[in-house]
Amino acid sequence: MTAIAGVLTRQVEISVPRWVQLIALFGIGAVLYVLLQGTSTQPHDDGAPLFLTLNGVRDWVEANRTINPVFVYVLGPIRDGIDLLDQAVTFALAQVSWVGLMAIAGSISLVLVSWRTALLVTGSLLAIGLLSLWTETIQTLVLIVNSVALALAIGIPLGVLAGRNDRFLRVVTPILDVMQIMPTFAYLSPLTLIFLIGPASAVIATLIYAMPPAIRITALGIRGVPGETVEAATSLGATDSQVLRKVQLPIARRTIGLAVNQTIMMALSIIVIAALINAPGLGESIIVAIEGLKFGDAVAAGAAIVLLAMVLDRITASASQAGPPPVVAIGPLRVTRRTVRIVGLTIAAIGVVGGMVANVGPVFPPAWHVGIAKPLDDGVRWVEINLGSATDAVKNAVSYALFNPVQTVLTTAPWWLVVAIIAGIAAIVTGIRAAIVVAVALALIVALQVWEHAMETLMMVMVSVVITMAIGVALGVWAARSRLVSGILRPLNDAAQTLPSFVYLLPAVALFGASRFTAILAAIIYAIPAVVRLVEDGVRGVSTTVIEAATASGANRMQLIVKVLLPMARRSLLVAANQGVVLVLAMVVLGGLVGGQALGFDVVDGFSQRDFFGRGIAAALGIVLLGIVLDRITQGAGERRSVRGVVGRLGVGLNSNRVTREA
Amino acid sequence: MIHVGTSTRRFAAIGAVLAIVVSACSSAATPAPAIPATATPAPASQAAASQAAASPSAASLAPCGTVNIAVNPWVGYRADAAVVGYLLKNQLGCTVVDKNLDEQPSWQGFPTGEVDVILENWGHEDLAAKYITTDKVAQDAGQTGNEGIIGWYVPKFFVDANPDILTAKTDPTVLNKYAAQFKTSESGDKGQLLDGATSFVTNDQGMINGFGLNFKVVYSGSEAASNKAIQSAIDKQQPIIAYYYTPNWFSAKVALVHIELPAWTTGCDTNPKLIKCDYPPYHLNKVVSTKFATSGSPAYTLISKFNWTNDDQNLVASYIQSDNMSDDDAAKKWLDANTAKWQAWLP
Repeated sequence: MTAIAGVLTRQVEISVPRWVQLIALFGIGAVLYVLLQGTSTQPHDDGAPLFLTLNGVRDWVEANRTINPVFVYVLGPIRDGIDLLDQAVTFALAQVSWVGLMAIAGSISLVLVSWRTALLVTGSLLAIGLLSLWTETIQTLVLIVNSVALALAIGIPLGVLAGRNDRFLRVVTPILDVMQIMPTFAYLSPLTLIFLIGPASAVIATLIYAMPPAIRITALGIRGVPGETVEAATSLGATDSQVLRKVQLPIARRTIGLAVNQTIMMALSIIVIAALINAPGLGESIIVAIEGLKFGDAVAAGAAIVLLAMVLDRITASASQAGPPPVVAIGPLRVTRRTVRIVGLTIAAIGVVGGMVANVGPVFPPAWHVGIAKPLDDGVRWVEINLGSATDAVKNAVSYALFNPVQTVLTTAPWWLVVAIIAGIAAIVTGIRAAIVVAVALALIVALQVWEHAMETLMMVMVSVVITMAIGVALGVWAARSRLVSGILRPLNDAAQTLPSFVYLLPAVALFGASRFTAILAAIIYAIPAVVRLVEDGVRGVSTTVIEAATASGANRMQLIVKVLLPMARRSLLVAANQGVVLVLAMVVLGGLVGGQALGFDVVDGFSQRDFFGRGIAAALGIVLLGIVLDRITQGAGERRSVRGVVGRLGVGLNSNRVTREA
Repeated sequence: MIHVGTSTRRFAAIGAVLAIVVSACSSAATPAPAIPATATPAPASQAAASQAAASPSAASLAPCGTVNIAVNPWVGYRADAAVVGYLLKNQLGCTVVDKNLDEQPSWQGFPTGEVDVILENWGHEDLAAKYITTDKVAQDAGQTGNEGIIGWYVPKFFVDANPDILTAKTDPTVLNKYAAQFKTSESGDKGQLLDGATSFVTNDQGMINGFGLNFKVVYSGSEAASNKAIQSAIDKQQPIIAYYYTPNWFSAKVALVHIELPAWTTGCDTNPKLIKCDYPPYHLNKVVSTKFATSGSPAYTLISKFNWTNDDQNLVASYIQSDNMSDDDAAKKWLDANTAKWQAWLP
């Protein structure tokens, strides 16, 4: 395979256009498929020896959990420590009344950011209360506080190390890549095997997902300190640790603030998955809503997550700013920082003491409730009743005409042919190194004995990505060319990107039942906002001079877009495709919860049925490998390594807007 | 700009103070719920009828403390948890924490105290052997009174049109005759057997293998999704065959027929990959952690005495899922109408 890829890459240098190479590759592939169809396939076997071996590992862990020294003296104390932390933070938050908490949050944002933010933060918290989700939100906050504190305690030192040591950065980068591509879902089983269900597992699952940005951005911050500054300090006789403490850390402070902010956002995005292993809070509300197909409840809980995200984002984003100026403008009025601080402290004190005196308690009054679930549920029911038959027809048409044929080709082709063709694509699109990584990863999927299901998942990802890109590029270009469209899409994108991915499953299930179509639809809805945003930014970045020149030379609107804007925005398109692939994969896997079958289902099943534990672990690893394959292929010609290597992948999940801006 | 400043400033200050005063006052007027889990908003209309069900009479009993109830993802189970939880809170003054978990992960919660009680256990001999017999961290707390049946169900109209499908009891391969009619976009060239949540107890793949059926298992993902698929199939008069179970409020409501297969005999399902019999009958029971059982908590006594019928459970479940009542409201409605039953469960 690598030989084929090598030959193809060499042809690049002899300048055969890439599209000709791709067509040639597909042509050869098609001929070989027709000739060899049905040979060297890897039919799925639930009783594969590897799965049974993994089950055996599980049995061993369960039998030895209480006697093996590693469990007794290392893992047990870790679990107990995190449980203790959880209890302490829960207890501390329960001591302050809800009025007190709102006052504290409001005054922090007043002092650190601005009075507008203070109003926004207090208003958001009030809205959460009115949605009757206060208790759940506080439970979620506890999880976020704990996992973020630990993620930063581990991540920032590692980030500093990666910022100062090239070799460490090289070692750690691929590990971080894997941590972020790997759907969270994939490590629930092993985690609960080791730490059982409960706060410890939930915190650690969140930590694994949320830590990479802390490391990456801290490293970026340290590396952003100008070399001359460091040299100057060294030449003045500063020791290594002095350079770190007095020069690098202070200068990188702003960037490290961004790391804190991103870590929180990432942590928030996985609380629903953490709920599967008994993390209470908003995630649990969403899981229960999904189990009962209560769309309205899911949206309410999703909205509370968005509001909480906004509160935490606004407060922590200020940490990455230089801090408010000494004289603050409150609307047209100017006050000194000192005054603001005093006002803030007073508000917080009044809130806390007032809440205590009035005995308000930690729970928002349940009587104050604004229900949003009913109109939403009614809406979904209306759609079901009125569009029910149409949606069935669409689902069947697409499934029979598109999904099934593609899936059949992928699962009945010889596995080595599929590996060769995918590696060939990687070689042509990205380069020979990517091709080698891709080939090895695919071969490992074969070794894991999950090939057939991996191909089914691949089919869903391919279809979703193609549709996502088509819609995302169209909307992105439109938004870039029209202020109005951009104004409409931006807030929608913001909300859509913060809303937990699970929420997207529900309307899709309501319309299309449990099927692959549902999983694919949810994945498309989930990935489009990020793609739109990246494409819009890219197209906006095309210089007006170029556009004017093209228009002056008589290009019509279509020509302008196809021949000028899109080629000029190529880099953004590549980043968008890469983001799209990673997001789609994460969502398609979740589709396993709603009839999406394939690897996602295997993971869910492995988590809930003991007999299939081993298959679940193998499938989880298969997803990671598939993620690496898709990521490598879409990494483009390697020209964006500089941007993406460090911060690029932050955008996964949340806030890719910020990342794009930063990058 | 600056000359309008003072008024704005004053306005902002007044606003802030007002907000605090308002929130403090109004919250003072609202009775403060003591602990999150015990906050049970009883609708005023029903408050009068609540007589016994709301007044704690636990003075002579040991303090209850916190009870962690695993809540598995089907509405029948939630009905159990709603009723038991309501009594624990309002009769015994317990703090009840519901933990929404799948069946098998629930058992993992016993050794650490994450879970004290599983209220409706369907078999799980392997887990019982590990956690009850070997590790001794859990124990049986008696039957719930519910008799569980798991099996394959089809709409009544389909059985009326194709009565010979009932001969599956002696010859399951008759189902192959209908495989093509049960085919969907998800089942390839085979018939679709619609299963529920992945976490549910199921032998379906083993039975398909064992009976030599041309079917593929497709999971709906949840009880609610299965209900919706079945309802929609009945509405459109489309064939569907689904994994289903009683007690279940929904199957009591729609016209479903249980397609019986060759009856279960001891040991016929030992090889999970090849099963040539139907599901066994399930006598649903309660399982509690040993720590909880020996804690002396009155909650344990109530839970071990808890026992009701399939109809009772279906009624509360339909309040929750079909009438969209909160768990507490649903429980209260049933408890108020069945005082004699629940008073027998009190310690």
